[in-house]
Amino acid sequence: MTMSVPLVEVEDLSVNFVTRESDVRAVNGVNFTMMPGEVMCMLGESGSGKSVTMRALMRLLPPKRSVIRGRIRIAGQDVQAMGDAALRRMRGGTVSMIFQEPMTAFDPVVRVGDQIAEVVAQHRGVSRREGRRRALDLFELVRIPSPERRLDAYPHELSGGLRQRAMIALALSCEPKLLLADEPTTALDATVQIQVLILLRKLQQELGMSVIFVTHDLGVAAEIADRVAIMYAGRVVETGSVRDVLKAPLHPYTSGLLASTVHDQPRDRELETIPGAPPDMRNLPPGCSFAPRCPQAAGDCQLAVPPPVSPSPGRVARCLRVAGAQPLMEFA
Amino acid sequence: MFGYILRRLLSAVPIAFGVSVVCFLLVYLAPGDPVQTLLPPDADAETVAQVKRMYGLDQPLPVQYLTWLGRVMVGDFGRSIATGRPVADEIFRSLGNTVLLAGLSVLVAFSIAFVLGTIAGRHAGGWLDRVVTGVAVVGVSVPNYWLGIVLVIIFSVEMMALPASGMGDGRFDPTSWEHVQYLILPVITLSMIPVGIIARTTRSAVSEVMNQEFVTTLRANGLPEWRVLRHALKNALPPVLAVMGLQFGTLMGGSILVETVFSWPGSGFLLSKAILTRDIPVLQGTILVLALIFVFTNLTVDLFQSSVDPRIRRA
Ligand SMILES: Nc1ncnc2c1ncn2[C@@H]1O[C@H](COP(=O)(O)OP(=O)(O)OP(=O)(O)O)[C@@H](O)[C@H]1O
Ligand code: SF4
Ligand SMILES: [Mg+2]
Repeated sequence: MTMSVPLVEVEDLSVNFVTRESDVRAVNGVNFTMMPGEVMCMLGESGSGKSVTMRALMRLLPPKRSVIRGRIRIAGQDVQAMGDAALRRMRGGTVSMIFQEPMTAFDPVVRVGDQIAEVVAQHRGVSRREGRRRALDLFELVRIPSPERRLDAYPHELSGGLRQRAMIALALSCEPKLLLADEPTTALDATVQIQVLILLRKLQQELGMSVIFVTHDLGVAAEIADRVAIMYAGRVVETGSVRDVLKAPLHPYTSGLLASTVHDQPRDRELETIPGAPPDMRNLPPGCSFAPRCPQAAGDCQLAVPPPVSPSPGRVARCLRVAGAQPLMEFA
Repeated sequence: MFGYILRRLLSAVPIAFGVSVVCFLLVYLAPGDPVQTLLPPDADAETVAQVKRMYGLDQPLPVQYLTWLGRVMVGDFGRSIATGRPVADEIFRSLGNTVLLAGLSVLVAFSIAFVLGTIAGRHAGGWLDRVVTGVAVVGVSVPNYWLGIVLVIIFSVEMMALPASGMGDGRFDPTSWEHVQYLILPVITLSMIPVGIIARTTRSAVSEVMNQEFVTTLRANGLPEWRVLRHALKNALPPVLAVMGLQFGTLMGGSILVETVFSWPGSGFLLSKAILTRDIPVLQGTILVLALIFVFTNLTVDLFQSSVDPRIRRA
């Protein structure tokens, strides 16, 4: 990472879903920075706000029901301030997203090749014919067998693995600088999962793009990421390089995750074995939101949300018990 | 797919058979002896028996049915008691007028309702949605013959702007105002219910599609909103077209009151005249033809629906 200009800067991002009955605080002050070419894994229990954070990056949340605060800069542009045209150029151009369920992510009544061609035509200002040629190249890139024929297939005619490959082809069609992969392999069979992961990793290295990879699987994180961000109740409670975090976690929640994934357990095991349940996002406690489940919790934990601290370069955690911690001025 | 078409076609056969039996038995369901409608009331027993023999009415019912069916198959429905002309001629002349009226009404209804329903579905839950839903409920609830009468009073009697009945003289010419003006009030009247039904179908289809995951993918790939809507409409169209087809079928057989209000010389008007004059052969033939058209329209709609969906098409 010699380049010094960050590709993604997220500062104090918070997302509330407001309805007449309730106010769900799905994301509560997320901070992170990513360098070009970096791969970051986002880990956390179900409901911790991973998908919402991803969607916020592309401004895909329902505008009427969600309130987004904080600052998101991608490739030097303020996402919140973008007009419609800039937003359309960013979506699918600079940033693109792979979804969890490739079956429902494609339009069921349009051939997959045409769906890719349409996006290429839109971004590159080329003809549909040209777009289709590009789609063929992409199908070869993601190693779909007999690509020519597969372009003419409808989504339901492809297997789960091929559909996800087609989804990756669509996401890569305009050479994004940032790829958001929201549990891209969860819906697939175990063997297909591994193939798709290997493919994604290879493509990332070939194309040099940044990737945020949402997963429940620590094994996956260890394998493909440079960095991890551990989310809990809408906050990033710990970040750092994969090696450091997995070897010596700072935050009790991270330790809990690691302990629940003992080395010889199956790698696709879900991260849901820490005793207790995540907090109600409509009604968060005033202090550390992990306190009710934390073995090290004490009275001071309930007073205020622990500030982020950095005990060593590149590592940040939000916990009062972190030893030798320097309060991070820029986050305070 | 071919097997499916064949199965659907075969399944229509028993329905068609049932319809033909009912139409045949109509003669016996009607009050009075059918022979009496052919003869003066004071005819003696000898003449009655002779006429019965002549018309085959002395045969057992199944034999009579088969004889009747055989004639109907080749388009011979007998002669009208009221006019003495072949029933087939009467039916097919009036049928064209009904197809014109019902077809145009359903097209007009579709054009209006598809736009209204799309707007409502795009903004489901918003005030535009509520306005459209209100319009749809009114459209479905207003009895159309009543609306027809009100329109006649306003536009024909009071304003004298449009003709109240008939379809003008001579062959219908769709390019001449002289003829087209006759269509306006009946078409408005008849399209009211389909507008409501098609708008509601469109609304629910569009709003359902807009909530699907792939719409997010389209947006996440930077497609402009009108392209997203185009994808959504492509998904929403088949059920809407199906409902439109069914509405056409319903209007073909169900415009009796409206055609009567406007004296529109269609099959519905023919039917209502036949009822008033107890013209059994006309009644029998018209009901048979209309019922078969209804069955056939539904069948077509069904086949259409399965042919446009790629998920069924290749199965
Ligand atoms: N459109 C929405 N309206 C209201 N609440 C929402 C909406 N989307 C998400 N939420 C809520 O926000 C919270 C975070 O959801 P999110 O989907 O980000 O979780 P996640 O970390 O991705 O979980 P998973 O691992 O199950 O995918 C949840 O409590 C969810 O109920
Ligand atoms: S701040 Fe307190 S409750 Fe929160 S994780 Fe650290 S020790 Fe546990
Ligand atoms: Mg998620």
